[in-house]
Amino acid sequence: MSHVVHSFTTTVPVWSPYITPVDLTKATPEQMAAMQVTPSNKGVSPYVLTLAHDPESLAVRSPLFNQIMYGKDGLTSAERELGAVGASVVNRCIYCAAVHASRFNGLSKRPEVMDAIFRDERDAKLKPRDQAIFDFAAELSEAPPSVAETAAGNLQAAGLDMLEAVDLVFSAAIFGWANRLMHTLGEPIEP
Amino acid sequence: MHRLHNEIVLASFTKGRDAAVTLIEDMAGIRPGTPLAQALAARAEILRLSQASHDAVLKPREPGGLDHGLRAALAARMARQNEQPALAAHYDDLMHSSGEMQAPEPAPVERARIAAIVAHSDLLTLRPREATRQDIAALTAAGVSEPDIVRLAELAAFVNYQARVIAGFQALGGAKS
Repeated sequence: MSHVVHSFTTTVPVWSPYITPVDLTKATPEQMAAMQVTPSNKGVSPYVLTLAHDPESLAVRSPLFNQIMYGKDGLTSAERELGAVGASVVNRCIYCAAVHASRFNGLSKRPEVMDAIFRDERDAKLKPRDQAIFDFAAELSEAPPSVAETAAGNLQAAGLDMLEAVDLVFSAAIFGWANRLMHTLGEPIEP
Repeated sequence: MHRLHNEIVLASFTKGRDAAVTLIEDMAGIRPGTPLAQALAARAEILRLSQASHDAVLKPREPGGLDHGLRAALAARMARQNEQPALAAHYDDLMHSSGEMQAPEPAPVERARIAAIVAHSDLLTLRPREATRQDIAALTAAGVSEPDIVRLAELAAFVNYQARVIAGFQALGGAKS
């Protein structure tokens, strides 16, 4: 019996789709290319197999996501993950939050940050730079976005330069995208 | 223009139309030579891939059951819901230029399918955290195919991404419209 995970956790669940994923043995060449299936890479997750129903958008989203989350210079990788978690908390994507909180912990070695966010969500009290990043990502993720007039100044006061702030916009916004797929097309199951 | 598309656009609150613009930088009002413009020059590849994503979800070669006009109409509605009038104007123009005409009075079954798509678009845009398995079941019951459910999710996810990039840059540039 599988159990759906409803609370924020750093234990990464198993993602289970609500719809039928593409059958890898029946995938078209375009779907195979979008899933980046090669003779040396045949492992494809249920999530990617589900998104393969729309290969045109999958093919462009993957490189965009990688550029935003794993690009060189600018905002640190851990702080991009913090932006991703800020969005995922607002949109309550349990799976996305688990994956990216785990990555934040692995990169930063500061598990107390995610402990506070998962306990108090939008009310979490963090160190000033973490707080500015988390608050900005969360406000940008509201529908409609509710970024305060003072947001840019808050980021600058917390020590972010303009390139870091731009990277934060992208990392929070791309989770406005990822959350709307992951949380709406399937559910997180206890591993 | 198709009547249903027009209704979709007008169903949400409307704001004044700014000049038609197509690029994220234009919609965010990026001024040349500013620190924000300089930072974005270092992220040109991300902006290029964002534009490619726009084309993939608004004008796909294989649109399935979501034709280009319907996609643009939904995108305009989502942009208004995100309080981005310039972006909404861009999608209004795209809808008008799609040149797609459907029957002036669609059959009831097609009306029901479109209504389910619009309802899900609103959920994805305004209340994504409330989405459940039942919302997918409602789409299926209204005759929306599984590939079209993924196409709709990608469209809504992209426009919501794009609206947030623009809102974020407006905040950073101090040029919120």
